[in-house]
Amino acid sequence: MTQKFYDTIIIGSGSIGTPLAWQLSEAGQKVLVIDQFASSGQGSNKEAIGGIRATHSDPVKIQLCLKSLEVFSSWKEKYGDDIGWKQGGYSFVAYRETEEKTLKDLLVIQKKLGLEIDWYDNQDFLRIIPSLNPRGLLGGTFSPGDGSASPMLANLAMERMARAGGAEFHFQEKIECLKTKGDKVIGVKTDKEDYYASTVVNAAGAWAKEILLELNILLPILPESHEGGITEPVASFLGPMVVDIHPLENSANYYFYQNHTGQVIFCITPNPSIPGMDRRESSGFLPLVTRRMINLMPCLRNIKVRRTWRGLYPMTPDGQPIVGQLNGISGYLNAVGMCGQGFMLGPGLAVELRKWITGGDIESATKLLAPYTLYRDFGGTEQLK
Amino acid sequence: MTQNRLTTHPILPIADRDVFDFKWSGLVFQACAGETIASALFANGVRIFGIHPKDGSPQGIFCANGQCAQCTVVANGIPVKACMTPIRPGMVIEPLNTLPKLPHIQIQPQYTPVQNLDIDCMIIGGGPAGLSAAIELGTRNISAILVDDKDQLGGKLVLQTHRFFGSINACYAGTRGIDIATRLAKLVSEQASIDIWRNSTVVAVFSDQKVGVVRNNNEYVLVKPKVLLVAAGAREKSLTFKGNTLPGVYGAGAFQTLLNRDLIHCSKRLFIVGGGNVGLIAGYHALQAGIIVEGLVEALAECGGYKVHKDKLARMGVPIFTSHTVLSANGHDSVESVTIAAIDEKWKPIPGTEKTYPCDTLLIAVGLDPVDEFSRKAKEYGIPTFAAGDSDEVAEASSAMFSGKIKGLEIARSLGYDVPKVPEEWIKTSEILRSKPGAENKEPPIVEEEDVYPVIHCSQEIPCNPCTSVCPQSAIYIDDLDIRHIPEYIGKQLGVHCIACEKCVAICPGLAITLVDRRKQVDETALVTIPYEFGKETIKIGDQVLVVDTGGSVLGRVEVVRTRLAINTDRTIMVKVRAPLVIANKIAGIEIQNPEICASFEQFVERLTDDMVVCRCERVSLAEIKAIISSGVRDMNQIKAITRAGMGACGGKTCGNIIKRAFRDLGIPMTQITEPVARPLFVEVSMGVLAGITTESGEE
Repeated sequence: MTQKFYDTIIIGSGSIGTPLAWQLSEAGQKVLVIDQFASSGQGSNKEAIGGIRATHSDPVKIQLCLKSLEVFSSWKEKYGDDIGWKQGGYSFVAYRETEEKTLKDLLVIQKKLGLEIDWYDNQDFLRIIPSLNPRGLLGGTFSPGDGSASPMLANLAMERMARAGGAEFHFQEKIECLKTKGDKVIGVKTDKEDYYASTVVNAAGAWAKEILLELNILLPILPESHEGGITEPVASFLGPMVVDIHPLENSANYYFYQNHTGQVIFCITPNPSIPGMDRRESSGFLPLVTRRMINLMPCLRNIKVRRTWRGLYPMTPDGQPIVGQLNGISGYLNAVGMCGQGFMLGPGLAVELRKWITGGDIESATKLLAPYTLYRDFGGTEQLK
Repeated sequence: MTQNRLTTHPILPIADRDVFDFKWSGLVFQACAGETIASALFANGVRIFGIHPKDGSPQGIFCANGQCAQCTVVANGIPVKACMTPIRPGMVIEPLNTLPKLPHIQIQPQYTPVQNLDIDCMIIGGGPAGLSAAIELGTRNISAILVDDKDQLGGKLVLQTHRFFGSINACYAGTRGIDIATRLAKLVSEQASIDIWRNSTVVAVFSDQKVGVVRNNNEYVLVKPKVLLVAAGAREKSLTFKGNTLPGVYGAGAFQTLLNRDLIHCSKRLFIVGGGNVGLIAGYHALQAGIIVEGLVEALAECGGYKVHKDKLARMGVPIFTSHTVLSANGHDSVESVTIAAIDEKWKPIPGTEKTYPCDTLLIAVGLDPVDEFSRKAKEYGIPTFAAGDSDEVAEASSAMFSGKIKGLEIARSLGYDVPKVPEEWIKTSEILRSKPGAENKEPPIVEEEDVYPVIHCSQEIPCNPCTSVCPQSAIYIDDLDIRHIPEYIGKQLGVHCIACEKCVAICPGLAITLVDRRKQVDETALVTIPYEFGKETIKIGDQVLVVDTGGSVLGRVEVVRTRLAINTDRTIMVKVRAPLVIANKIAGIEIQNPEICASFEQFVERLTDDMVVCRCERVSLAEIKAIISSGVRDMNQIKAITRAGMGACGGKTCGNIIKRAFRDLGIPMTQITEPVARPLFVEVSMGVLAGITTESGEE
């Protein structure tokens, strides 16, 4: 058998791997994407609800997501596919002074970083989201530049572009181990074949940890499961993503928006979190999330829930991604631990990793992504996860 | 106040009901108490309930069973399924012509915590299988909750006006479906340990082994059963052909629901696709309601249903086209005609054989698939699960009853109760009851030495024996060990005589027994008693009727000399005709519908738009699906992501199998295909219900 050589092998055809394949193949690289599932996006990409915001508190995330927003918002115009982009903005609501303070404190940092976001008092805020429960509403922040897209459609569109650029996709193929030579990763061994490449990128999301186990490297990734749901489509009534960060019994924040088809997509962060790889739906989610949503937006009582699912957040101890090289080992890059934000980070990260991998502007990319090194102190936590 | 409502029916009682007004699209219409919104609209001649927001196609009834959402209308400002929502006085109903608008509400509602229940056994489905299982459990004082989404127990039995086949000992053979439903429901309601939840829908099975139920249409309950019995029946297979989603194209179940449950005269001219028992029986039900049955196509060379059912339809004057298929349903915004064609041995339509028949309704009865989503999820999540009836294996209702009985006993054992093992003979009976129709023999010999004798027009091996049980002389014989044998009149062997009681004539579910009486011969004639299940006003002494043989060939015109309707004939009229001796033994029935009224158009109609729809909810065409498959896609999840097929309200209940068929048609083996991931909910549920809101919607 002849050996198969690629410039870059990407493990995982999800929210990170697929845009990266597109970016690298566009740069002229010979790319192979290997995924354990039957088609692209079948891991956690399709479980994502589709929100895309630049309004974070971490400067790197802000920069990456601004790039992602650019990709998502101009996709149809540039490449033709309808990926369900909707620029509805993001809103964070406050019904208590605690949340008002958190949001307003954050606003200072976000404005300093040049983000388009403002605080609106209750009546002004109701003009942006008329269906909110007015009782006790203090106000909230609104960032009109943020938006949403369909993770599945976006992933398929990027796969299409990657293939157009010559990228190969191998599905239903499992990585058995990385192939190394001395202190260099030279390829991967799968349950079907061996492949060789100058660079191997681990973009395996919640499944990323296993890839490095044989090298005795432990990625601090602890997948957690979150559940989401989608309703029937209704006439447009809700512009932005609505996020409520008020923690209550059994849940931290929750968020929902009306997508391009008119359906409301929603998700809740369980408290305490549910560690593990369980992707099977549980009975507690719907009563918990629907009650909170109706309290916030009473008209939702009449909307019908269509489907619910459960997906994985590959969490890191500090809530920030792990991107970059391994110490003392070349030919390998991490692009893992997206903590549930892989979809919005994906295209932006791909643009940066393209520079890194193809040698375009290594310096700026490595500098930007330096805080995401595996060798950082994982002590800190991000304010708005 | 009759509009399109039945005013008389040979079998179904038509009670006086309260009448009230409602509004449809600004017009004032009348409804009868107990009707659903869908039936009230049909009664008023409305069968287009809205248009699809994607392509503007007209929408209406499809499943009439709460499973899809195509009948959605806006009632008092809230989108609801017209087929499941009872109509109320003064309701303001609007068609759904665009995405529905959520009513503006600003008040936070009151909630009660969602109830959690731990129970021994949950039975999903109150049809023949579920009820029979409940009786087994109830008589042993084992507790169970029986959940059914309808107001009336009985499942599809409540739609069946005909007498049932099967074993008279094992499953009420010879009794009408509607009456079996009543009996079973009564027996179950007498069991103290069985909790019956009507109007309650199972919407999800979760990984924590809880089953989500919307109880009484408004209360979300999470039930954790030790054992689950899925007796949820089957759903009708769908077909793709041009115009296959026009209002007026629907399944036999939907048709029978509108007609036999809701008493709506929902069609004037009907055409049937599929010659299995479901299609054949639906045709018979249509005739009983005075609907013209224009014809029936069956792709196979022979109808797959019982021969007695087919003969019955043929005798009544319904043209049956075997080795034919449907090419298109034609019409602008609802069915106006159907085009059919003969097919060759490769199932391809033969050019030049196309014919178009006028009809307003095209009934699709091309087989059933088990409702297995509950079992699949429950098994995946480790709940001990049993399936009974059609959910286990699609067969006749007689078989479903027996299968429920067996599963009831098995469940009792699995719960640790000291009950006997399922007896061997039950298993044998169950095998016989679910067997497919067997060999076709000659009709049993006629015993002409006697002056009075039954003539049995039953020549196919099917599990059925009521005729043997009613003969006071015990002179009709079928081996008890295998009731599939052909019945035989054995008066001569026994040395007894037929006493002309007509009981065998009355009870035969196939209407396949006549009685010839030659005792008072006048001019080489005999009296022949024929079973007749049409309105008594349609047949009178002195009428000249056309009599036909078993297969429907006309034998001649004869005079009715007597009609008899007695309690023990249970709504079957015993019609006595005087017929020439030469044809007396051959007479099997009376023609109901003159075949000449079923003439095709002179020229066939070709539907030009290529609108073979696979996914009705999201309006995805067969052409789109095939193009994607041809491009190399093998993961059905990806097909879903690209086309949205399966993302609609019904959750892929209809399109899933059609997509698999498309793979097959393109020569792709199932081993290459990845099945879609099934997710709850099985049926859409409003957030208010899931949250446990106690007040009625819109009350504030």
